[in-house]
Amino acid sequence: MILALVHRLAGRPAWIRWGLLAAGLFLAAVLPWVLYPPVATDILCWGLFAVAFDLLLGHAGLLSFGHAAFWGGSAYVTGLIALHSGLPFYAAVLGGAVAAALLALPIGYLAVRRSGIYFAMITLAFAQMVYFVANQWSAVTGGENGLQGIPRTLPGADLSDAFTFYYAALPVVLLGLAAAHRIVRSPFGRVTAAIRDNPDRVRALGYSADRYKLTVFTASAFLSGLAGGLFAVNHGFASLQEVDWTTSGKVVVMTVLGGIGTLWGSLVGAAAIVRLEDWLSTAGFEQTDLVTGGVFIVVVLLFRQGLWGTATHLLRLRAPSAPPEEPEADAESPAHAGGGGGRGFTARAK
Amino acid sequence: MTSFLQQLFNGLVSGSFYALLALGLAVIFGMLRVVNFAHGALYMLGAFGAVVLGDDAGLGFWWALLLVPAALAVAGMAMERLLVQRLTALDPLYNFLLTFGIALVCQDLLRMKYGSHSRPYDRAPFGGTVDLGLFDYPRYQVFVLAVSVVVCVAVWLLLTRTRIGTVVRASTERPELTRAFGIDTRRWVTPVFGFGVALAGLAGVLAAPMRAVNSDMGADLIITVFAVVVIGGLGSVFGSVVAGFAIGMIQALGNLYVPVLSQTSVYLLMAVVLLVRPAGLFGKEEHA
Repeated sequence: MILALVHRLAGRPAWIRWGLLAAGLFLAAVLPWVLYPPVATDILCWGLFAVAFDLLLGHAGLLSFGHAAFWGGSAYVTGLIALHSGLPFYAAVLGGAVAAALLALPIGYLAVRRSGIYFAMITLAFAQMVYFVANQWSAVTGGENGLQGIPRTLPGADLSDAFTFYYAALPVVLLGLAAAHRIVRSPFGRVTAAIRDNPDRVRALGYSADRYKLTVFTASAFLSGLAGGLFAVNHGFASLQEVDWTTSGKVVVMTVLGGIGTLWGSLVGAAAIVRLEDWLSTAGFEQTDLVTGGVFIVVVLLFRQGLWGTATHLLRLRAPSAPPEEPEADAESPAHAGGGGGRGFTARAK
Repeated sequence: MTSFLQQLFNGLVSGSFYALLALGLAVIFGMLRVVNFAHGALYMLGAFGAVVLGDDAGLGFWWALLLVPAALAVAGMAMERLLVQRLTALDPLYNFLLTFGIALVCQDLLRMKYGSHSRPYDRAPFGGTVDLGLFDYPRYQVFVLAVSVVVCVAVWLLLTRTRIGTVVRASTERPELTRAFGIDTRRWVTPVFGFGVALAGLAGVLAAPMRAVNSDMGADLIITVFAVVVIGGLGSVFGSVVAGFAIGMIQALGNLYVPVLSQTSVYLLMAVVLLVRPAGLFGKEEHA
């Protein structure tokens, strides 16, 4: 999660950047000592999911309300592979992620034909279709009961302990995060950001905007699939909850809470929501939708920069001599909440 | 043949709900460019309103049909004034997120208070069947269809034949120009939002005697209605209503002939429409 700061602080002494990266990795390494290990793994999964989602929302300007289809679809496929093949769980998760990407191709192909609010409604509707299929096809998915007893197979290792499993899952998540980061910083990522900011101009320059959108949509689905597959293995089951529309909403709230377009803010948002829900359910309060909804309302009304956006904003206020932001360090541009001048998600007022 | 016609009629009845909800969504979208995610939750509140009025106040169906939409209209106007209005200057997606949050909160609050099982409502104004020539049909269902058609036609006339409708349409299509004529377009935003919400409440009350009343009833429906308005074209009030009825019928026929597709047919239809006419059957191409 520190990689972004590294770039944010490009131009500052290298030791700060590497220091922050080291701090992030250190935090990831000690997390299961600090938290209940299954919760720590949940944070990894949801964190990767939210980053994958922000890849689409913050860096391509597409609000998908159907990402549960990819998270949950992969959870089911991962579970099926793990249950029936006896392959190592890495292979099962990879298979789930590939399935999620394959599922994203037709959905994305149709959805990128519309933008803005229509894109959100279309992805939501197709995700609901996936939900119904999962519900109806009970011979394969277990219907209401879901898939149970998904094993954590890894030859030569005993992963039954949640603590050990955290460290088995961590490399997958780090690879996923690195991939997301790489996509954002690549020439490809520059084009998707340009499509977000000025689609007509990108088309005029000869880029096929729809093809770029579909590619980033599929990449986001693949990473969401990695996260969903790990989540299924972590819990040992895949249920309808994973493909439910509230799950799509939950990843949106994590990203918005962390700060749209900040990529790593999504990790913070995910950690905050997972911790909050865990804490509330320990306290006997089961109304998680109420919490998600409440956070939605408060963040959207009052706190549109999100946690990460606000933090970097404050940092910059404290250090007025800092070099100006690179224009393509897109993190802030969509986060100038309440403004009317910038581009991106916030300001495209109609 | 009889079962075909009967199924078609079932479709028209469930299409009545799609049409009423799509109509409210389209009216609100036209005026504010906001897609109200909470529309399903407000429909659910309408149904609960009828149940609670019946159980706690002993008021019958007709009272509910009058009071609940009116109360929800007031609630909707308050929601617009206090929350939605703060975000209208921003990307419309923010209001989508806001109303999504409101939907989740309403749903969970209801679940907290009443649990997640369905509540019975036995105050239907009339039971029995009516002879439709080829088959007998529950009288109440015929009534629902009639109300829905009448309301949709009335709103259509209101929008096209009255001065209020002219002003609303003008503020929808050319807000700057309308303001230049000295008409305060903002004055109409709140009432129109309230009106759209009242339509959702009306649909909810109508649903109470014939559908399971529980906290999830709105969420399931609203996603289908989103597919309906994508098919019909959200910018078009006419298209949304026609698509509502049409999809009700297609779904019902799907139930009869391809039961496997009963729940997914509407989404497959949406996929086809997106392939052939991305703007929706009655929509205009626009970059929102």
